[in-house]
Amino acid sequence: MVINATDKKVWDSLARVMDPEIPVVSIVDLGMVRWIRSLEGGGHCVGLSPTYTGCPATEHIARLVKEQLLADLCGPVAVEFVVSPPWTTDWITATGRQQLSDFGIAPPVGSVSDKRVLFGAVKEVPCPRCGNIHTRRVSAFGSTPCKAHYTCLSCLEPFDYFKCL
Amino acid sequence: MKLDTCDLAAYATMRADDVLILGQRLSAWCGHGPVLEQDIALTNIALDLIGQARAYYQLAAHGSSDGQTEDTLAYLRDAHEFKNHLLVELPNGHWGDTLMRQFLFDTYNFYLLEALTKSSAPELSGLAAKAIKEVSYHAQYSAEWVIRLGDGTEESHSRMQSALDILWPYTDELFEDTSLDVAVHALQVGPLPSALRADWLAKVSEVLQMATLTVPSLDGYHQRGGLHGKHTEHLGILLAEMQFLPRAYPTAQW
Repeated sequence: MVINATDKKVWDSLARVMDPEIPVVSIVDLGMVRWIRSLEGGGHCVGLSPTYTGCPATEHIARLVKEQLLADLCGPVAVEFVVSPPWTTDWITATGRQQLSDFGIAPPVGSVSDKRVLFGAVKEVPCPRCGNIHTRRVSAFGSTPCKAHYTCLSCLEPFDYFKCL
Repeated sequence: MKLDTCDLAAYATMRADDVLILGQRLSAWCGHGPVLEQDIALTNIALDLIGQARAYYQLAAHGSSDGQTEDTLAYLRDAHEFKNHLLVELPNGHWGDTLMRQFLFDTYNFYLLEALTKSSAPELSGLAAKAIKEVSYHAQYSAEWVIRLGDGTEESHSRMQSALDILWPYTDELFEDTSLDVAVHALQVGPLPSALRADWLAKVSEVLQMATLTVPSLDGYHQRGGLHGKHTEHLGILLAEMQFLPRAYPTAQW
């Protein structure tokens, strides 16, 4: 992909938009930004992939994107939601995974291209604090739609796991 | 032949009604779950279902000539205009009743969405590809609970069997082919519900067997009417609560 100078500015600006629930990871590293298009007559349109259909943060993120771009660049800003193809945790970048882990959230294990992962068959989630793989799922659901709740059987710390989707 | 915009809107509305009503039912568990984790689980599932309902309603409202929006579709229709299956409007009952209903519906919803991912309407196939990932997770969760409680204590087993026996007559309606389904199927937009029954029954039977529960007979009386706007008395009460605010304060904004 060839990125021209203007687009790079937009990408850099979007990299400063953090997920409201996980304030250490940008929406770019979460793989939510699908494309940037120039609008006729100036300005930009950003294609955003929602993570979960019912995630209440989606509209908030769209607002943050507009505010950030207006602050960093001139011209009108539009946001379009891109449903297809659906967002997947496979789109989270290596940087994003590291940031999740540093924040205390175990990043998704495996790839959803492996169907067994989607159905929960493969689950050896290492503890983001001590790295031990002896962990136990406490709850299939967590504080936000994208997370499940685990506890480490080695260091005994509870932690969030970013579900594979 | 091309699908009429009205037909696509009616079809999307029918799909939305099921998940909106079930989402509303599940959200009533908020603050009442047996333990915090399970309270969070049901409200998370409710959130996913209401999110899916919004996506369907937005599709239905898109290009609407009579000014419908996702909000008017959800909040300003009366019970007879809702086309959800009777199963989803039934009261929550106890934890086992709720999880049994969820299991029967999730399994159906999974096969329905699987068929919709092949829809010739790109708006629907895109939505289904997204929703099926969430619903796979729901189906796994509700099946785990059915197994745990069915194959649990004598008390939990008998309560789950009775939940199943009460809900079973409402499952036949999931596979009823309405004239709209037939029209939509002719254009490869959606499946014939009757074609989903074999997969559903195989999966449901497999899980119920693991749960040591007896699969009721397919013969016998079946409850129907939801798809034609003929509902149980429970729907009106649910809507009265859900629709109160936008009806009482029509210009209310967040």
